[in-house]
Amino acid sequence: MSVLEGNYLLANLPALMSGLALTARITLIAVVLGIAWGTVLALARLSQNRILAWFATFYVNLFRSVPLVMVILWFFLIVPQLMHALFGNAVEDIRFTSALVAFSLFEAAYYSEIMRAGILSVSRGQFDAGLALGFTRQETLRIIILPQAFRNMLPLLLTQAVILFQDTSLVYVIGLSDFFGTAHKLGDRDGHLVEMLLLAGLIYFLISFLASQLVARLQKRRIR
Amino acid sequence: MISIRNVSKYYGAFRVLSQCSVAINPGEVVVVCGPSGSGKSTLIKCVNALEPFQEGEIIVDGQSLHDPRTDLTRLRARVGMVFQHFELFPQMTVLDNLCLAQVKVLKRSREEAEEKGMRLLDRVGLREHALKYPGQISGGQQQRVAISRALCMDPICMLFDEPTSALDPEMINEVLDVMVELAKEGMTMMCVTHEMGFARRVADRVIFMDQGQILEDRPSADFFAAPQTERAVQFLSRLLSR
Repeated sequence: MSVLEGNYLLANLPALMSGLALTARITLIAVVLGIAWGTVLALARLSQNRILAWFATFYVNLFRSVPLVMVILWFFLIVPQLMHALFGNAVEDIRFTSALVAFSLFEAAYYSEIMRAGILSVSRGQFDAGLALGFTRQETLRIIILPQAFRNMLPLLLTQAVILFQDTSLVYVIGLSDFFGTAHKLGDRDGHLVEMLLLAGLIYFLISFLASQLVARLQKRRIR
Repeated sequence: MISIRNVSKYYGAFRVLSQCSVAINPGEVVVVCGPSGSGKSTLIKCVNALEPFQEGEIIVDGQSLHDPRTDLTRLRARVGMVFQHFELFPQMTVLDNLCLAQVKVLKRSREEAEEKGMRLLDRVGLREHALKYPGQISGGQQQRVAISRALCMDPICMLFDEPTSALDPEMINEVLDVMVELAKEGMTMMCVTHEMGFARRVADRVIFMDQGQILEDRPSADFFAAPQTERAVQFLSRLLSR
Protein backbone atom coordinates (compact mmCIF):
# COMPACT_ATOMS: atom_id res chain seq x y z
CA MET A 1 0.00 0.00 0.00
CA SER A 2 1.36 3.38 -0.93
CA VAL A 3 0.99 6.51 1.16
CA LEU A 4 -0.99 7.98 -1.68
CA GLU A 5 -3.61 5.27 -1.41
CA GLY A 6 -6.76 5.56 0.62
CA ASN A 7 -7.00 8.03 3.42
CA TYR A 8 -3.54 7.53 4.86
CA LEU A 9 -2.32 11.09 4.31
CA LEU A 10 -5.68 12.60 5.17
CA ALA A 11 -5.83 10.67 8.43
CA ASN A 12 -2.35 11.81 9.40
CA LEU A 13 -2.69 15.36 8.15
CA PRO A 14 -3.37 16.89 11.61
CA ALA A 15 -0.19 15.37 13.02
CA LEU A 16 1.84 16.55 10.02
CA MET A 17 0.37 20.03 10.23
CA SER A 18 1.12 20.34 13.92
CA GLY A 19 4.65 19.21 13.11
CA LEU A 20 4.88 21.92 10.47
CA ALA A 21 3.54 24.46 12.96
CA LEU A 22 6.28 23.54 15.42
CA THR A 23 8.88 23.88 12.67
CA ALA A 24 7.49 27.32 11.81
CA ARG A 25 7.46 28.40 15.44
CA ILE A 26 11.06 27.38 16.04
CA THR A 27 12.15 29.01 12.80
CA LEU A 28 10.40 32.35 13.43
CA ILE A 29 11.40 32.72 17.08
CA ALA A 30 14.99 31.65 16.40
CA VAL A 31 15.26 34.08 13.47
CA VAL A 32 14.04 37.00 15.59
CA LEU A 33 16.17 36.15 18.63
CA GLY A 34 19.13 35.21 16.45
CA ILE A 35 19.07 38.53 14.59
CA ALA A 36 18.66 40.49 17.82
CA TRP A 37 21.53 38.73 19.60
CA GLY A 38 23.55 38.67 16.38
CA THR A 39 23.20 42.45 16.07
CA VAL A 40 24.42 42.90 19.63
CA LEU A 41 27.38 40.63 18.84
CA ALA A 42 28.14 42.55 15.65
CA LEU A 43 28.17 45.85 17.56
CA ALA A 44 30.36 44.29 20.24
CA ARG A 45 32.76 43.02 17.62
CA LEU A 46 33.02 46.47 16.06
CA SER A 47 33.23 48.32 19.35
CA GLN A 48 36.40 49.97 20.57
CA ASN A 49 36.16 48.03 23.81
CA ARG A 50 38.73 45.30 23.33
CA ILE A 51 37.21 42.89 25.81
CA LEU A 52 33.79 43.13 24.18
CA ALA A 53 35.28 42.75 20.72
CA TRP A 54 37.35 39.78 21.84
CA PHE A 55 34.36 38.10 23.45
CA ALA A 56 32.19 38.55 20.34
CA THR A 57 34.94 37.26 18.05
CA PHE A 58 35.48 34.25 20.28
CA TYR A 59 31.75 33.57 20.45
CA VAL A 60 31.28 33.74 16.69
CA ASN A 61 34.28 31.54 15.98
CA LEU A 62 33.21 29.04 18.60
CA PHE A 63 29.68 28.58 17.33
CA ARG A 64 30.75 28.52 13.72
CA SER A 65 33.23 25.75 14.44
CA VAL A 66 30.93 23.21 16.08
CA PRO A 67 28.18 21.13 14.45
CA LEU A 68 24.69 22.44 15.07
CA VAL A 69 23.38 19.04 16.06
CA MET A 70 25.85 18.94 18.95
CA VAL A 71 24.80 22.39 20.13
CA ILE A 72 21.19 21.22 20.18
CA LEU A 73 22.12 18.19 22.24
CA TRP A 74 24.28 20.20 24.63
CA PHE A 75 21.53 22.64 25.39
CA PHE A 76 19.09 19.82 25.87
CA LEU A 77 21.44 18.43 28.50
CA ILE A 78 22.56 21.76 30.04
CA VAL A 79 19.39 23.86 30.14
CA PRO A 80 17.41 21.56 32.48
CA GLN A 81 20.25 21.54 34.98
CA LEU A 82 20.50 25.31 34.73
CA MET A 83 16.75 25.76 35.19
CA HIS A 84 16.86 23.39 38.10
CA ALA A 85 19.64 25.38 39.71
CA LEU A 86 17.84 28.67 39.07
CA PHE A 87 14.26 27.78 39.90
CA GLY A 88 14.76 24.80 42.19
CA ASN A 89 12.04 22.67 40.73
CA ALA A 90 12.33 20.32 37.82
CA VAL A 91 10.92 21.67 34.59
CA GLU A 92 8.80 19.18 32.78
CA ASP A 93 9.37 19.35 29.06
CA ILE A 94 12.28 21.53 28.12
CA ARG A 95 12.86 20.16 24.64
CA PHE A 96 11.21 23.10 22.93
CA THR A 97 12.91 25.72 25.11
CA SER A 98 16.31 24.13 24.81
CA ALA A 99 15.93 23.86 21.04
CA LEU A 100 15.03 27.55 20.85
CA VAL A 101 17.99 28.55 22.98
CA ALA A 102 20.32 26.38 20.94
CA PHE A 103 19.09 27.71 17.58
CA SER A 104 19.05 31.34 18.71
CA LEU A 105 22.56 31.22 20.11
CA PHE A 106 23.91 29.23 17.19
CA GLU A 107 22.29 31.30 14.45
CA ALA A 108 23.29 34.53 16.18
CA ALA A 109 26.89 33.71 15.26
CA TYR A 110 25.95 33.70 11.57
CA TYR A 111 23.60 36.65 11.81
CA SER A 112 26.26 38.67 13.58
CA GLU A 113 28.61 38.24 10.63
CA ILE A 114 25.87 39.39 8.26
CA MET A 115 25.03 42.39 10.44
CA ARG A 116 28.69 43.25 10.82
CA ALA A 117 29.06 43.37 7.05
CA GLY A 118 25.86 45.41 6.94
CA ILE A 119 27.11 47.95 9.44
CA LEU A 120 30.41 48.24 7.57
CA SER A 121 28.48 48.75 4.32
CA VAL A 122 27.08 52.04 5.66
CA SER A 123 29.59 54.79 4.96
CA ARG A 124 31.57 56.42 7.72
CA GLY A 125 30.09 59.73 6.60
CA GLN A 126 26.63 58.69 7.78
CA PHE A 127 28.05 58.12 11.22
CA ASP A 128 29.76 61.52 11.16
CA ALA A 129 26.51 63.14 10.00
CA GLY A 130 24.66 61.62 12.94
CA LEU A 131 27.27 62.86 15.39
CA ALA A 132 27.36 66.29 13.75
CA LEU A 133 23.62 66.65 14.33
CA GLY A 134 24.12 66.13 18.04
CA PHE A 135 23.34 62.44 18.41
CA THR A 136 25.46 60.28 20.69
CA ARG A 137 27.34 57.31 19.23
CA GLN A 138 24.69 54.89 20.47
CA GLU A 139 21.84 57.00 19.09
CA THR A 140 23.60 57.32 15.76
CA LEU A 141 24.04 53.56 15.57
CA ARG A 142 20.47 52.83 16.57
CA ILE A 143 18.63 55.49 14.62
CA ILE A 144 20.79 55.95 11.53
CA ILE A 145 23.25 53.10 10.97
CA LEU A 146 21.39 49.92 12.01
CA PRO A 147 18.22 50.54 9.96
CA GLN A 148 20.41 50.98 6.88
CA ALA A 149 22.55 47.95 7.72
CA PHE A 150 19.42 45.88 8.18
CA ARG A 151 17.96 47.07 4.91
CA ASN A 152 21.16 46.43 2.98
CA MET A 153 21.45 42.95 4.40
CA LEU A 154 17.79 41.91 4.17
CA PRO A 155 18.33 39.39 1.35
CA LEU A 156 21.19 37.71 3.22
CA LEU A 157 19.23 37.68 6.48
CA LEU A 158 16.32 36.01 4.71
CA THR A 159 18.57 33.49 3.00
CA GLN A 160 20.00 32.60 6.38
CA ALA A 161 16.42 32.21 7.67
CA VAL A 162 15.76 29.66 4.92
CA ILE A 163 18.84 27.72 6.00
CA LEU A 164 17.60 27.89 9.58
CA PHE A 165 14.23 26.56 8.46
CA GLN A 166 15.92 23.51 6.99
CA ASP A 167 18.18 23.05 9.98
CA THR A 168 15.25 22.92 12.40
CA SER A 169 14.79 19.31 11.25
CA LEU A 170 17.77 18.50 13.48
CA VAL A 171 15.54 18.75 16.56
CA TYR A 172 14.71 15.10 15.94
CA VAL A 173 17.82 14.30 18.02
CA ILE A 174 16.02 15.50 21.14
CA GLY A 175 12.78 13.83 20.16
CA LEU A 176 10.77 16.90 19.21
CA SER A 177 7.98 16.24 16.73
CA ASP A 178 8.61 18.93 14.18
CA PHE A 179 7.58 18.37 10.58
CA PHE A 180 10.47 16.09 9.74
CA GLY A 181 10.23 14.24 13.07
CA THR A 182 6.51 13.64 12.64
CA ALA A 183 6.91 12.37 9.09
CA HIS A 184 9.71 10.09 10.23
CA LYS A 185 7.73 8.69 13.17
CA LEU A 186 4.59 8.08 11.11
CA GLY A 187 6.49 6.41 8.31
CA ASP A 188 8.43 4.27 10.73
CA ARG A 189 5.28 3.20 12.54
CA ASP A 190 3.27 2.36 9.45
CA GLY A 191 5.96 0.94 7.24
CA HIS A 192 6.08 3.92 4.84
CA LEU A 193 9.42 5.34 5.90
CA VAL A 194 10.85 5.89 2.42
CA GLU A 195 7.68 7.48 1.05
CA MET A 196 7.15 9.72 4.05
CA LEU A 197 10.74 10.93 4.00
CA LEU A 198 10.46 11.65 0.29
CA LEU A 199 7.24 13.52 0.90
CA ALA A 200 8.77 15.52 3.76
CA GLY A 201 11.78 16.28 1.57
CA LEU A 202 9.49 17.51 -1.18
CA ILE A 203 7.66 19.87 1.20
CA TYR A 204 10.94 21.25 2.60
CA PHE A 205 12.16 21.73 -0.94
CA LEU A 206 9.02 23.54 -2.05
CA ILE A 207 8.95 25.93 0.91
CA SER A 208 12.69 26.68 0.75
CA PHE A 209 12.69 27.04 -3.00
CA LEU A 210 9.74 29.42 -3.00
CA ALA A 211 11.30 31.47 -0.19
CA SER A 212 14.61 31.68 -2.09
CA GLN A 213 12.77 32.81 -5.21
CA LEU A 214 11.07 35.53 -3.19
CA VAL A 215 14.43 36.66 -1.84
CA ALA A 216 15.90 36.70 -5.34
CA ARG A 217 13.00 38.78 -6.55
CA LEU A 218 13.36 41.15 -3.63
CA GLN A 219 17.04 41.53 -4.42
CA LYS A 220 16.34 42.30 -8.06
CA ARG A 221 13.81 44.93 -7.15
CA ARG A 222 16.28 46.59 -4.80
CA ILE A 223 19.03 46.73 -7.40
CA ARG A 224 16.77 48.56 -9.80
CA MET B 1 33.92 81.66 17.96
CA ILE B 2 36.41 79.04 16.79
CA SER B 3 39.96 79.06 17.98
CA ILE B 4 42.45 76.49 16.77
CA ARG B 5 45.76 76.62 18.60
CA ASN B 6 48.88 74.73 17.55
CA VAL B 7 46.94 71.65 16.54
CA SER B 8 48.92 68.64 15.33
CA LYS B 9 47.55 65.30 14.31
CA TYR B 10 49.33 62.08 13.51
CA TYR B 11 48.38 58.85 11.80
CA GLY B 12 51.05 56.70 13.38
CA ALA B 13 54.29 58.45 12.55
CA PHE B 14 52.76 60.42 9.68
CA ARG B 15 51.92 63.99 10.57
CA VAL B 16 48.65 65.06 8.91
CA LEU B 17 48.39 68.42 10.64
CA SER B 18 51.30 70.31 12.02
CA GLN B 19 51.01 73.23 14.37
CA CYS B 20 47.85 74.67 12.83
CA SER B 21 46.48 77.85 14.38
CA VAL B 22 43.39 79.71 13.18
CA ALA B 23 40.99 82.07 14.89
CA ILE B 24 37.54 82.66 13.45
CA ASN B 25 35.48 85.49 14.88
CA PRO B 26 31.69 85.65 15.00
CA GLY B 27 30.26 86.61 11.61
CA GLU B 28 33.44 85.85 9.75
CA VAL B 29 33.53 83.73 6.61
CA VAL B 30 36.79 81.86 6.22
CA VAL B 31 37.67 79.73 3.23
CA VAL B 32 40.25 76.98 3.64
CA CYS B 33 41.90 75.85 0.43
CA GLY B 34 44.91 73.88 -0.69
CA PRO B 35 45.89 70.87 -2.78
CA SER B 36 44.28 67.55 -1.98
CA GLY B 37 45.92 65.76 0.89
CA SER B 38 46.90 69.04 2.48
CA GLY B 39 44.87 68.26 5.62
CA LYS B 40 42.09 70.82 5.20
CA SER B 41 39.24 68.33 5.55
CA THR B 42 40.96 66.76 8.52
CA LEU B 43 41.29 70.18 10.14
CA ILE B 44 37.61 71.05 9.74
CA LYS B 45 36.58 67.65 11.10
CA CYS B 46 38.76 68.29 14.14
CA VAL B 47 36.75 71.45 14.84
CA ASN B 48 33.63 69.30 15.29
CA ALA B 49 35.58 66.64 17.22
CA LEU B 50 34.85 64.11 14.51
CA GLU B 51 38.59 63.51 14.23
CA PRO B 52 40.83 63.25 17.26
CA PHE B 53 44.05 65.24 17.38
CA GLN B 54 47.08 64.67 19.56
CA GLU B 55 48.53 68.11 20.19
CA GLY B 56 47.19 71.59 20.66
CA GLU B 57 43.78 72.87 21.54
CA ILE B 58 40.53 73.78 19.80
CA ILE B 59 38.03 76.05 21.48
CA VAL B 60 34.52 76.39 20.08
CA ASP B 61 32.21 78.97 21.63
CA GLY B 62 34.39 79.15 24.71
CA GLN B 63 34.51 75.40 25.26
CA SER B 64 37.71 73.44 24.81
CA LEU B 65 37.24 70.16 22.97
CA HIS B 66 39.87 68.53 25.15
CA ASP B 67 38.23 69.53 28.41
CA PRO B 68 36.62 66.40 29.85
CA ARG B 69 33.79 68.60 31.18
CA THR B 70 32.84 69.61 27.64
CA ASP B 71 29.80 67.72 26.42
CA LEU B 72 30.91 67.10 22.84
CA THR B 73 27.51 65.78 21.82
CA ARG B 74 25.76 68.97 22.87
CA LEU B 75 28.44 71.14 21.37
CA ARG B 76 28.13 69.32 18.03
CA ALA B 77 24.38 69.90 18.10
CA ARG B 78 25.12 73.63 18.06
CA VAL B 79 27.66 73.50 15.23
CA GLY B 80 26.25 72.88 11.76
CA MET B 81 28.20 70.69 9.39
CA VAL B 82 27.82 70.03 5.68
CA PHE B 83 29.67 67.13 4.08
CA GLN B 84 31.15 66.49 0.66
CA HIS B 85 28.80 63.56 0.05
CA PHE B 86 25.72 65.25 1.59
CA GLU B 87 25.13 62.36 4.03
CA LEU B 88 21.38 62.69 4.02
CA PHE B 89 19.80 59.64 5.63
CA PRO B 90 18.57 57.57 2.66
CA GLN B 91 15.88 55.68 4.53
CA MET B 92 14.05 58.89 5.47
CA THR B 93 12.19 61.50 3.47
CA VAL B 94 13.69 64.94 3.02
CA LEU B 95 11.36 66.34 5.69
CA ASP B 96 12.19 63.53 8.13
CA ASN B 97 15.87 64.25 7.56
CA LEU B 98 15.21 67.84 8.63
CA CYS B 99 13.05 66.92 11.62
CA LEU B 100 14.94 63.97 13.11
CA ALA B 101 17.52 65.82 15.17
CA GLN B 102 15.18 68.72 15.95
CA VAL B 103 12.78 66.30 17.63
CA LYS B 104 15.25 63.86 19.20
CA VAL B 105 18.09 66.18 20.11
CA LEU B 106 16.44 69.58 20.61
CA LYS B 107 13.18 68.00 21.87
CA ARG B 108 11.03 70.17 19.65
CA SER B 109 7.51 69.02 18.93
CA ARG B 110 6.93 67.35 15.59
CA GLU B 111 4.76 70.26 14.38
CA GLU B 112 7.35 72.81 15.38
CA ALA B 113 10.09 70.81 13.68
CA GLU B 114 8.07 70.39 10.51
CA GLU B 115 7.23 74.05 10.36
CA LYS B 116 10.88 75.00 10.76
CA GLY B 117 11.90 72.36 8.22
CA MET B 118 9.39 73.55 5.63
CA ARG B 119 10.43 77.16 6.16
CA LEU B 120 14.06 76.28 5.48
CA LEU B 121 13.15 74.10 2.50
CA ASP B 122 11.22 77.04 1.14
CA ARG B 123 14.28 79.16 1.51
CA VAL B 124 16.39 76.85 -0.62
CA GLY B 125 13.51 76.41 -3.08
CA LEU B 126 12.79 72.76 -2.35
CA ARG B 127 9.42 72.87 -0.61
CA GLU B 128 7.81 70.59 -3.16
CA HIS B 129 10.44 67.89 -2.56
CA ALA B 130 9.73 67.56 1.16
CA LEU B 131 8.18 64.11 0.91
CA LYS B 132 10.69 62.64 -1.52
CA TYR B 133 13.57 60.41 -0.53
CA PRO B 134 17.14 61.70 -0.98
CA GLY B 135 17.74 59.18 -3.77
CA GLN B 136 14.96 60.78 -5.81
CA ILE B 137 16.49 64.26 -6.04
CA SER B 138 19.66 65.57 -7.68
CA GLY B 139 23.00 66.01 -5.97
CA GLY B 140 22.66 69.77 -5.86
CA GLN B 141 19.22 69.48 -4.32
CA GLN B 142 20.51 66.96 -1.80
CA GLN B 143 23.25 69.30 -0.74
CA ARG B 144 20.77 72.16 -0.32
CA VAL B 145 18.66 69.86 1.84
CA ALA B 146 21.77 68.99 3.85
CA ILE B 147 22.45 72.70 4.43
CA SER B 148 18.82 73.16 5.53
CA ARG B 149 19.13 70.18 7.84
CA ALA B 150 22.11 71.79 9.55
CA LEU B 151 20.32 75.15 9.74
CA CYS B 152 17.28 73.54 11.38
CA MET B 153 19.39 73.18 14.50
CA ASP B 154 19.92 76.97 14.74
CA PRO B 155 23.70 76.55 14.67
CA ILE B 156 26.08 79.12 16.11
CA CYS B 157 28.40 78.52 13.16
CA MET B 158 28.58 76.36 10.04
CA LEU B 159 31.35 74.07 8.83
CA PHE B 160 31.44 73.15 5.14
CA ASP B 161 33.66 70.27 4.09
CA GLU B 162 34.06 70.52 0.31
CA PRO B 163 30.32 71.02 -0.20
CA THR B 164 30.51 71.20 -3.99
CA SER B 165 33.30 68.73 -4.81
CA ALA B 166 30.96 65.82 -5.45
CA LEU B 167 28.59 67.82 -7.65
CA ASP B 168 28.23 68.05 -11.40
CA PRO B 169 29.42 71.48 -12.58
CA GLU B 170 25.93 72.72 -13.41
CA MET B 171 24.77 72.09 -9.86
CA ILE B 172 27.58 73.84 -8.09
CA ASN B 173 26.07 77.30 -8.35
CA GLU B 174 22.73 76.43 -6.80
CA VAL B 175 24.60 75.30 -3.70
CA LEU B 176 27.01 78.23 -3.70
CA ASP B 177 24.08 80.66 -3.98
CA VAL B 178 22.66 79.29 -0.76
CA MET B 179 26.05 79.61 0.91
CA VAL B 180 26.52 83.17 -0.33
CA GLU B 181 23.14 84.14 1.05
CA LEU B 182 24.01 82.57 4.36
CA ALA B 183 27.30 84.43 4.48
CA LYS B 184 25.55 87.73 3.76
CA GLU B 185 23.17 87.11 6.65
CA GLY B 186 26.14 87.10 8.96
CA MET B 187 26.57 83.40 9.64
CA THR B 188 29.98 82.41 10.92
CA MET B 189 31.34 80.00 8.33
CA MET B 190 34.42 77.87 7.86
CA CYS B 191 34.44 76.42 4.34
CA VAL B 192 36.86 73.96 2.85
CA THR B 193 36.39 74.52 -0.87
CA HIS B 194 38.11 74.90 -4.20
CA GLU B 195 35.53 77.42 -5.37
CA MET B 196 37.71 80.48 -5.61
CA GLY B 197 34.85 82.52 -7.07
CA PHE B 198 32.93 81.95 -3.87
CA ALA B 199 35.99 82.82 -1.81
CA ARG B 200 36.44 86.08 -3.72
CA ARG B 201 32.83 87.05 -3.33
CA VAL B 202 32.16 86.39 0.32
CA ALA B 203 35.21 85.23 2.22
CA ASP B 204 36.72 87.60 4.73
CA ARG B 205 39.86 85.51 4.89
CA VAL B 206 41.50 82.74 2.96
CA ILE B 207 43.61 80.11 4.61
CA PHE B 208 45.99 78.20 2.37
CA MET B 209 47.19 74.82 3.53
CA ASP B 210 49.77 72.44 2.18
CA GLN B 211 51.17 69.23 3.66
CA GLY B 212 49.36 69.71 6.93
CA GLN B 213 50.60 73.24 7.49
CA ILE B 214 48.86 76.57 7.27
CA LEU B 215 51.02 78.56 4.88
CA GLU B 216 48.84 81.65 4.50
CA ASP B 217 46.04 83.21 6.49
CA ARG B 218 45.17 86.56 4.94
CA PRO B 219 42.25 88.75 3.89
CA SER B 220 40.89 87.23 0.72
CA ALA B 221 41.50 90.31 -1.42
CA ASP B 222 45.19 90.26 -0.45
CA PHE B 223 45.49 86.53 -0.99
CA PHE B 224 44.10 86.65 -4.50
CA ALA B 225 45.95 89.82 -5.45
CA ALA B 226 49.32 88.56 -4.31
CA PRO B 227 49.78 85.16 -2.71
CA GLN B 228 52.93 85.20 -0.64
CA THR B 229 54.11 81.62 -0.88
CA GLU B 230 55.36 79.83 -3.94
CA ARG B 231 52.99 76.91 -3.23
CA ALA B 232 49.97 79.18 -3.17
CA VAL B 233 50.97 80.79 -6.46
CA GLN B 234 51.28 77.35 -8.06
CA PHE B 235 47.99 76.23 -6.56
CA LEU B 236 46.09 79.25 -7.81
CA SER B 237 47.55 79.13 -11.30
CA ARG B 238 46.68 75.44 -11.57
CA LEU B 239 43.11 76.15 -10.48
CA LEU B 240 42.74 79.00 -12.94
CA SER B 241 44.14 77.06 -15.87
CA ARG B 242 41.60 74.30 -15.37
